[in-house]
Amino acid sequence: MDFSQDTFDQQVLQSGTPVLVDFWAPWCGPCKVMSPIVEELAGELGGKLVIGKVNVDENATLAQQFNILSIPTFIVFKGGQVVDQFSGSMSKEMLKMRVEKHV
Amino acid sequence: MAEKVIIIGSGPAGYTAAIYAARAEMQPLMISGREFGGQLMWTTDVENFPGFPEGIQGPELMETMKKQAERFGTRIVSENVTEVDFSSRPFTVKSDSQTFEAESVIIATGASARWLGVPGEDRLKAKGVSACATCDGFFFKEKEIAVVGGGDAAMEEAIFLTKFAKSVTVLVRGDALRASKIMGERATKNPKIRFMWNSQVAEVLGDQKISGLKVLNNKTNETTEMPIEGLFVAIGHEPNTSLFKGQIELDVKNYMIVKPGSTKTNIEGVFAAGDVADHLYRQAVTAAGTGCMAALDAERWLASKE
Repeated sequence: MDFSQDTFDQQVLQSGTPVLVDFWAPWCGPCKVMSPIVEELAGELGGKLVIGKVNVDENATLAQQFNILSIPTFIVFKGGQVVDQFSGSMSKEMLKMRVEKHV
Repeated sequence: MAEKVIIIGSGPAGYTAAIYAARAEMQPLMISGREFGGQLMWTTDVENFPGFPEGIQGPELMETMKKQAERFGTRIVSENVTEVDFSSRPFTVKSDSQTFEAESVIIATGASARWLGVPGEDRLKAKGVSACATCDGFFFKEKEIAVVGGGDAAMEEAIFLTKFAKSVTVLVRGDALRASKIMGERATKNPKIRFMWNSQVAEVLGDQKISGLKVLNNKTNETTEMPIEGLFVAIGHEPNTSLFKGQIELDVKNYMIVKPGSTKTNIEGVFAAGDVADHLYRQAVTAAGTGCMAALDAERWLASKE
């Protein structure tokens, strides 16, 4: 799922379930490494956690709002609040462990 | 049953070894690491890899190599290798969640960007401290930033970052650049780049994000504070060999030693390819070349055992 500036409030901040947001851009190699991992995880955790991506190139305001200075950056939102934020590439297991705490 | 060959690493050396080994029907198993693709995943335009006259994006090149390796039947495990035992055959290779046995091993773990190792650096990673200009440069539009390093990589990063930043200060430890003449000239001529010589970062400052640097002048021993909003570290690479220490012979810089003209390490049946055994050329195409050599060396070695 792709989030944008227009849909972010409704799809992420107002969401009843926790949301993992992957901030990425097409020019970023490590982001490409993480893309399939994030998609697999979305398949496994479907229902418990909403997972989606924000293209920072197209949504610079969102990137600024959340102080993104490096990509990929992952933010977990719960009830409209940031509950976790981390950056860089990692294995699916590590990403899963990190986000499952918030489910 | 033991694998015929296990390839550790997934840069140009690893994938080329996999392509050759797979085509030679050795059914290679690649343990790619959690991050596939190696250093080229952190670059943009690759203009010197033969066969791509218009250039190709680093990540795209690696995806095509991966596809080519898979096309011939390479199996890929996306985990990190945690431990190896080369003391008896078959060799043992452990990854995050599995243990494998192998008749032969090709080590292609490459090299990783070196960090400064000063206070504040680790805490402020992704908060203004970066080792990937191509990933993160975008976030520093109209900002004042610093690059650490005096080699070609540092010049390339500094020049690239001028597309975004208001100014780029390059901190150089010595009083001259180590960079090639052409790169040094390009950087020196760039009106947005200035140099600070004999300068070392002593500390990275900032709370929620980076606010500045404590810079030590190693000639005068004076420390000054310098406000900046981004720090890019480009001080070279170190080989990923710590896993193999005590088993594979390393040189003083911790690179693997191979017999000249081959990829053979001190252990029969274990081969090294790419940057892990090369501190001199360190090119995608040389890594691919030695990856090919390693697959052929492994094939011949296995044949000699039969």
